[in-house]
Amino acid sequence: MTSTLSNKQSLALAVEPEAGKRKLSTSKAMQEAISQRMARDESVFVMGEDVGAYGGIFSSTTGLLDRFGPERIRDTPISESAFIGLGIGAAVEGMRPIVELMFADFFGVCMDQIYNHMAKIHYESGGNVRVPMVLMMAAGGGYSDGAQHSQCLWGTFAHLPGMKVVVPSNPYDAKGLMTAAIDSDDPVVFVFHKGVMGLGWMAKNDRSIGAVPEEEYVVPIGKARVAREGTDVTIVTISLSVHHSLDVAEKLASEGISVEVIDLRSLVPLDREAIVRSVFKTGRLIVVDEDYQSFGLSGEVIAVVAEHDPTLLKRVSRVCVPDVPIPYAHELEYAVLPTPARIEAAVRDAVAK
Amino acid sequence: MTPPTTQALTDEARRDLLSMMVLIRTYEEAIRAAYYADKKPAFDIGAGLVPGEMHLSAGQEPVAAGICAHLTHDDAITATHRPHHLAIAHGVALRPMTAEIFGRETGLGHGRGGHMHLFDPSTHFSCSGIIAEGFPPALGQAFAFQRQGSDRVAVAVTGEGAANQGAFHESLNLAALWQLPVVFVVEDNDWGISVPRSASTSVASNADRAVAYGMPGVRVEDNSVEGVHAAAGEAIARARSGGGPTLIEVHTLRLWGHFEGDAEGYRPDLKSVPEHDPIPIYRDQLLAAGALDGGQYQAMQKSAGEQVQDAIDFAKSSPTPDPLGHLSYVFSEGAHS
Repeated sequence: MTSTLSNKQSLALAVEPEAGKRKLSTSKAMQEAISQRMARDESVFVMGEDVGAYGGIFSSTTGLLDRFGPERIRDTPISESAFIGLGIGAAVEGMRPIVELMFADFFGVCMDQIYNHMAKIHYESGGNVRVPMVLMMAAGGGYSDGAQHSQCLWGTFAHLPGMKVVVPSNPYDAKGLMTAAIDSDDPVVFVFHKGVMGLGWMAKNDRSIGAVPEEEYVVPIGKARVAREGTDVTIVTISLSVHHSLDVAEKLASEGISVEVIDLRSLVPLDREAIVRSVFKTGRLIVVDEDYQSFGLSGEVIAVVAEHDPTLLKRVSRVCVPDVPIPYAHELEYAVLPTPARIEAAVRDAVAK
Repeated sequence: MTPPTTQALTDEARRDLLSMMVLIRTYEEAIRAAYYADKKPAFDIGAGLVPGEMHLSAGQEPVAAGICAHLTHDDAITATHRPHHLAIAHGVALRPMTAEIFGRETGLGHGRGGHMHLFDPSTHFSCSGIIAEGFPPALGQAFAFQRQGSDRVAVAVTGEGAANQGAFHESLNLAALWQLPVVFVVEDNDWGISVPRSASTSVASNADRAVAYGMPGVRVEDNSVEGVHAAAGEAIARARSGGGPTLIEVHTLRLWGHFEGDAEGYRPDLKSVPEHDPIPIYRDQLLAAGALDGGQYQAMQKSAGEQVQDAIDFAKSSPTPDPLGHLSYVFSEGAHS
């Protein structure tokens, strides 16, 4: 079963359309992207733990079993190495698997398949073998799930060559990026923060439900979005932290502080131009990242600017998870997360000097 | 499960098995010579025509010849860090394979892979340098073949040390659960680098582990190419007809070190190893049975020598990769990062 999709056939829209009035949660937007591509291409299938009758622990696959049946929506044993590797082999033979790793935190039991196989086969084969596969996973904390179920870890995947890494913050991007990920001839790690999915059983930001066009469309992988324009300080961020940053920006606007918020949308490829363009305008950079602080996205973003022109940076700081395991108790967890309060303090500090 | 009774092979089929074993051995000897050719007087693993770790398959030819006699280029194999015998027996073209081992632009991976990372989509051959981790992708190839409604199969090969890895067990369970058309093969060469099987493995036969997953398991003793041929034939036929996976363990022989440069000081049987070389044993068996004459054997050696020399010459005369191309092929599209 060989895919009939290729990037040339993707329905890429030149400009983000008026989304219309229909609103979806991020999880429903993801389901719709998967469903639309599955209807079009027999080679697309979904596999993972509890993706069938349960519909995905974080609702990434709700309703798909009913529509496509158990041959194409496959519950797997708790054997991540086996089923992620199965996805790789199926992709090599022309299928387009969407494989769910229930939590990003679980990569420890299957990372060899991910970084030594999924990500390297194309390179090692000199471009002769493609692995068109989506590996989607839930990430992030904020609901007291402890140190092994609350991590973001997208920086770890992005550090290792050979996988694209996309991290949508909202329903519109989630649908378009999922469609792009399915269409991609390269492996794509699709990380969805539980806090942006719009789940009924978890605190959520209002923007986790938003306007989504019904037709198929692609959000190109590797293009950041200016989520809010501003002139005083640039916040470069991703995923749930985009919403916290926008909330802070709205609040501070009344005080005359103008904050630009860049939603990276993907780590690999990284939209370096968008970062530099914004910092060129504001001269002040704050990176907000719910991943661990050291050796990750925040340092990378700052290095992008520093390597381009260090004199652009009048102020630079980061609001990340300090290098500790995510604590359980609510008070402790919220002490390490990049909360609106920490972001606001960083912005005030940046513009004060 | 006892090994299936050896079906009567024709003399020609027996000679074909021997001929494949001779080709593989000739190849490995040539790679070995090229590997050491310019590592004198001091051995430097990273230097020379063929740099890096080199795991040669001498002694394990019966496994490759016996299995691959049943496969076509539409069937998939995933091999290990010691992959040459399986690649050759499966029909990977010697020229691009050798060029890859020599790190040349004309190689299977344009010099990006090396001898542990040979990928040939035209024969669905691949290998991995990570123990047991070739099993899960083989499941996926088998899954795709099954979904296509074809009778194609995937064969996943690994060493006996890998049978203690998680990926091995996860894969057996999933393959049996989904009745995938896959055959698992364990090459038991007695040694996990320097650790003997007795110090690593809790069961006498890894084939016994098949019971735990509800699939047939069979162990082939004595490095017998005809024993492998029979067991693989039955297992592959079962997989092709929708009967699901089989686990085969072959007691084979690591004739040389784990990798080149390994002095094997840990190996008490070192002096007697050559006595178990499967090629002279099988040759003499065929000669005694009248299935082979001296002239035919010489012709096999001559043909093998010519094919291997052609491949070595091709590799040596091929250009090295342009260093400026080091970023190519990370992704199929777009920028490299």
